[in-house]
Amino acid sequence: MLNILKSGFFTTIQDDGRFNYRDKGVPVAGVMDTYSVSIITSLLENEEPTAVLEITMTGPQLAFEADTYIALGGAEMMVTLNDKPIENYRVYQVKAGDVLSYGKLEKGFRGYLALKGGIDSLEVLGSRSQYKPITEHVSIKKMGELPYKECKEFKPKISEIKVDSVLDKSELKVFKGPEFNLLTDKQLGQLFYRDFTVANENNRMAYQLNEPIEENNFTMLTSATLPGTVQLTPSGKLIVLMKDGQTTGGYPRILQLSDMAISILAQKRSGDHISFKLK
Amino acid sequence: MNTFNISVRQYGVHAVLVEWPNQVEESILDDILQFIKYLKNHKLDEKEWEFIPSYNSLTLICKDKVLDFDVLKPQIKDWYSLKGEIKGVTRYVWTLPVCYDQEFGLDLEEASSFLGLTTEKLITMHTQQAYTVYCIGFLPGFMYLGGVPKELEVARKPNPRPKVLKGSVGLAGKQTGIYPQDSPGGWNIIGKCPVPMFDVKKENPCFVSVGDKIKFKPISKAEYELHKIEAEVGIYNIEKSVWDA
Repeated sequence: MLNILKSGFFTTIQDDGRFNYRDKGVPVAGVMDTYSVSIITSLLENEEPTAVLEITMTGPQLAFEADTYIALGGAEMMVTLNDKPIENYRVYQVKAGDVLSYGKLEKGFRGYLALKGGIDSLEVLGSRSQYKPITEHVSIKKMGELPYKECKEFKPKISEIKVDSVLDKSELKVFKGPEFNLLTDKQLGQLFYRDFTVANENNRMAYQLNEPIEENNFTMLTSATLPGTVQLTPSGKLIVLMKDGQTTGGYPRILQLSDMAISILAQKRSGDHISFKLK
Repeated sequence: MNTFNISVRQYGVHAVLVEWPNQVEESILDDILQFIKYLKNHKLDEKEWEFIPSYNSLTLICKDKVLDFDVLKPQIKDWYSLKGEIKGVTRYVWTLPVCYDQEFGLDLEEASSFLGLTTEKLITMHTQQAYTVYCIGFLPGFMYLGGVPKELEVARKPNPRPKVLKGSVGLAGKQTGIYPQDSPGGWNIIGKCPVPMFDVKKENPCFVSVGDKIKFKPISKAEYELHKIEAEVGIYNIEKSVWDA
């Protein structure tokens, strides 16, 4: 078991997501920054999909009850293993009794902790990703402990790696969304020739952007939306749907973020700058 | 058989959006369901693809592949023209019990007087209709129902409630439906349904599918309490019949 001594601001269990229930209105969920997570799960040679901890802003303190191997990635945070600092994108062995403590967030917004073999929490509808009310708990806060399988021997093929991090990037590569053609020249200019900042309203469901573009009065019938869909509201506000985003919507879907762009945005917080670049 | 002019658009690299004319029409919904059945039976592996129907659109998602849209677009148009009349799309009519007791129907009186109806008349009209499920989205198990009669079109609440209880039956504009979980909401609450619309303990967590029909049946407070317990222990059988167009 992994004992949760402190849970951190918002720490959740996430895997690659919950599929095949979107036609019943169930969001996909899953890790926000799939790029960073794919690197640490490869370092641990985990067979996908395995569940990791997604650590938002401030991290937890965790005590291991069995030997295993871990790797961290995503946001840069001050992390210690038994008071010794450890780094992202490197495999560490942990022994029963070891304590992992998260400190200050230095860069980015979401850190990830992967264990060899993954977190072994209960699967609901084919996924361990926490999303209320599908899973009983919305985060690890009230869970006390998390199950995982002991691993005594593991020789990683690669034990550390230099990563072209998403943290320094702010340009989001996008495709035209289904309603892209509704955009006026003025709106296009506003979209592609300036920066936007992330609004305070940003979470796993959606990121709102502070700067509106010209308003529109287009109405459409409700239709499917995807993680990474950029919606334009009648008042000109831009909303980027993320992994817990609703599966359908009635606002024009003007842009669609690439997978990498979703990972880049997942590491942004209120006030951070981003821009859109059409692929 | 109806054949429509469909359009096919790229939607990112993992999805394709197929659109029918921009109308709320039974015949369009029926055609979409037929096309899904055809694709599942003959063209697209259900293990790889997700099919999301909604009003006049069908979104096809393949999470593990980067789709080649230049190949897929003509293919989908071809498949649509080849599909012909697809038989055997089973659609159900579900009869859901609703208690319109004042304890649950928080806005029943207000909505009735707004519409110039007695509460009894409103309940009768609300339960006479078979509503079509045009979409499931917004929340797990939330149905977008079509078919609210003109006489029942009532404005949304000026101030949304911060918390509407799970099971509450709402009425607003051209829409009626059931809140599948506690959530904020601005619809007029006229009753409550004891049967959960979404249950993660079930293999199929939401018994309703897009294209089905919903009828409401008025029940007493005592029946509500009984059905609620029955639903919790899993012995409440929801009334269903096959809908034959």
